[in-house]
Amino acid sequence: MENLSPAFITTFEASERALTTEHLDVLYGGTIQKLFDTSLQFKKNSITALIGASGSGKSTFLRSLNRMNDTVATVNGKIMFHGLNVNQANINVYELRKSIGMVFQKPNPFPKSIYDNITYALRADGEKNQQKLATIVEESLRAAALWDEVKDKLNQSALALSGGQQQRLCIARALALRPEIILLDEPASALDPVSTSKLEDTLKQLREKYTMVMVTHNMQQAARISDYTAFFHLGHAIEYDTTTNIFTNPQGAITEAYIQGSFG
Amino acid sequence: MSKKDTENLKDVVNQAIDSQQVVHVKLKDIGQKDVDIDKLTRPSKETHQEYWGRGLSYLAIGLIILLVGSIIGFVGIHGLATFFRDHVNLWQFLSSTDWDPTSGPNHVGALVMIVTSFLVTLLSALVATPFAVAVALFMTEYASKKAASFLQSIIELLVGIPSVVYGFLGLTLVVPVIRAIFGGTGFGILAGMLVLFVMVLPTITSLTVDALNAVPKHFRQASAALGATHWQTIARVVLKVATPRILTAVIFGMARAFGEALAVQMVIGNAVLMPYNLVTPSSTLTSQLTTQIGNTVMGTLANNALWSLALLLLVMSLFFNILVRMIGKKGAK
Repeated sequence: MENLSPAFITTFEASERALTTEHLDVLYGGTIQKLFDTSLQFKKNSITALIGASGSGKSTFLRSLNRMNDTVATVNGKIMFHGLNVNQANINVYELRKSIGMVFQKPNPFPKSIYDNITYALRADGEKNQQKLATIVEESLRAAALWDEVKDKLNQSALALSGGQQQRLCIARALALRPEIILLDEPASALDPVSTSKLEDTLKQLREKYTMVMVTHNMQQAARISDYTAFFHLGHAIEYDTTTNIFTNPQGAITEAYIQGSFG
Repeated sequence: MSKKDTENLKDVVNQAIDSQQVVHVKLKDIGQKDVDIDKLTRPSKETHQEYWGRGLSYLAIGLIILLVGSIIGFVGIHGLATFFRDHVNLWQFLSSTDWDPTSGPNHVGALVMIVTSFLVTLLSALVATPFAVAVALFMTEYASKKAASFLQSIIELLVGIPSVVYGFLGLTLVVPVIRAIFGGTGFGILAGMLVLFVMVLPTITSLTVDALNAVPKHFRQASAALGATHWQTIARVVLKVATPRILTAVIFGMARAFGEALAVQMVIGNAVLMPYNLVTPSSTLTSQLTTQIGNTVMGTLANNALWSLALLLLVMSLFFNILVRMIGKKGAK
């Protein structure tokens, strides 16, 4: 049996934390445990990469953070956000997801116009002020570095965009809600290298205003854009440190083996 | 692997080959003399199977096309005879309410049947659609898998009930109630509509369930991740994406209602009178056909006039089909 106890887990001052998990267990179907005793702190205005082999629990972990796993998983332990446990009974999960947005692996714009995609959530909540909506659309698209490419075709279907543009549109759509944290579940894995590089530039710019947690299979990507990296193995967070340390001086034997490409 | 290991492995392989444990093929044994030139140029058993298989399916298709063609041709020839041989005016046929073909070509007006057919069809679809969409939403979005499959089997059961049973139920339950509430005979469009409502509900529901299930999961996920509630997701994404297919479902339901004969005939009253309200007896294209076809002699005007009604039904069914295709094409965009 491998040693799955954490090799090194970095921590931050309370004022620097955007989101914290404490002894998080996630079980599917009530019996199959996918994640064990995970306690991680995410630093504000930084990009944290979650790496690990398939089935290591990193996506499960990510999806628990804004309760996208509600229907399939049981979560034990705490996820603290502004002093509140996101799983406590009185949390309004819809408002929570507006503060903790999510971008998925496959670009998933709605079959609506670019404009309607971005205003979707705002209009669903009854926002009718066209001027305000237009401002938010422009701001969100600019923040996602998509404005210049689409400003003349806001009323065209979002499905006509390229995969990379669609993914940046999905980011813009999440940004329209002014979240604090953006969770990204392998956001570039369906994209070609050029689109990936544009997406990475976008994420790097967003770091100034947002906290990002990103699952990635691509270790070069983690090394390129993330500030901190957490390595997951078989449902355990093995090591969590600055990206530089993880890639140049890993403490755990499994981390080192994974980084060197021995498995996964 | 060390050098010694490699040597050992070689020995093991060589021994296995010597003792015939491994089928050892020498490359030089395979050559031109092994290729059967004859076989390459001659049709084999599989080639014949291919011809036969293709031939049979072409034959079956050919027969079916012939069958459909002859049905359309037959209905067309008889239906058009009213206009070409008996010189009934087409405009009069479509716009006059005077239906008494036995009295001569000036009394062949089908407007009553046309209006009544359209009314029962549209009204039943109008009433059935909201219920069908609600049931389908419940089945796909809210119900547990168990409950959904239970409902599914009930819907299949409803589809399987013969129309004469629906007609009988309408005659015994619906007509007396309408009579008690509105007076009159109780027969009429309202009774027909209520019976058809129950009959098209399962058709529209099960096709709507398919439509909703076809909405990709990632749209729901995207919506949920943006903080939308389940209901917002349904109303703003799921139903929107499914709309073309739901419309198709409604049109299939309407096609069924339009073509239904027996059940409607049992509750509609079968009087060729213009329906000025929903509770006076009237007559649809189909009910007129089923009630009158036995009373006419082949080749007479009265008979041809009925064929004209049948032709109208055929044209309408073609129209419904084209509509479905057009909506499907638009939805695919």
